[in-house]
Amino acid sequence: MNMARISFPKTAKKGEVIEIRTLISHVMETGYRPDATGRVVPRDIIRRFTCRYNDTEVFRADLWQAVAANPFISFTTVATESGRLTFTWDGDNGFSHTETGDITVT
Amino acid sequence: MQTSSRLLITRRAALAGAAALLTVRPAFGTPESLAAAIRDFTGGVEPQSGGVILDLPPLVENGNSVSVTVRMDSPMTPEDHVQALALFTERNPQPNVAIFHLGPRSGRAIATTRMRLATSQTVIALAKTSDGRIWRDQVEVIVTLAACVEG
Repeated sequence: MNMARISFPKTAKKGEVIEIRTLISHVMETGYRPDATGRVVPRDIIRRFTCRYNDTEVFRADLWQAVAANPFISFTTVATESGRLTFTWDGDNGFSHTETGDITVT
Repeated sequence: MQTSSRLLITRRAALAGAAALLTVRPAFGTPESLAAAIRDFTGGVEPQSGGVILDLPPLVENGNSVSVTVRMDSPMTPEDHVQALALFTERNPQPNVAIFHLGPRSGRAIATTRMRLATSQTVIALAKTSDGRIWRDQVEVIVTLAACVEG
């Protein structure tokens, strides 16, 4: 399943600030938009994005309807040690998706 | 047959009427809702201008997806760092856009996303620093094709 895309350098020097770019496929339905029959489509958005670096939270975002469909978020973190980055998106209707990626720090 | 087709038309008319009722709502945000959202973030601290920088094009062709970056020069040390960056809109139906939670492990105080703009309006960025201060920047954006947040 290719629902989300993550991009960050796979290797970094210790202490280096790396940029992480994330994109996930999601409609981000605002809850304000009527469908063809005139009924308002219920809100269906991603409300929270979290990035953990070896199980320590290093970045979190709270999102609202004004974030465009297929949310793109980029941010930075300090490459502290080799290990795993875990990305989680949580939202309405029980939506939850997690991706991981490894980094080698020298 | 004629009766049933007339019935159908009536039902359609009733549906349309109901839809019109459902869509009667404030199309755009109010100064009160914006002030409340900002207060939730600041905890009542008065924002100072400067410090934080909001990067957003002043003229936007398509309001459905507008790249926006909020950043601040900060050493990002445990003693002196940006704790959060937040984006608000003046006239979208809902004033909040996003709040980014940062810390010393961020290295830099910067976040980028893509946002919707329902109409031409002011976009506001706030930053919360570890000394308890709030910083503010804003950009007036002209939108030629609005996001269809209202259909």
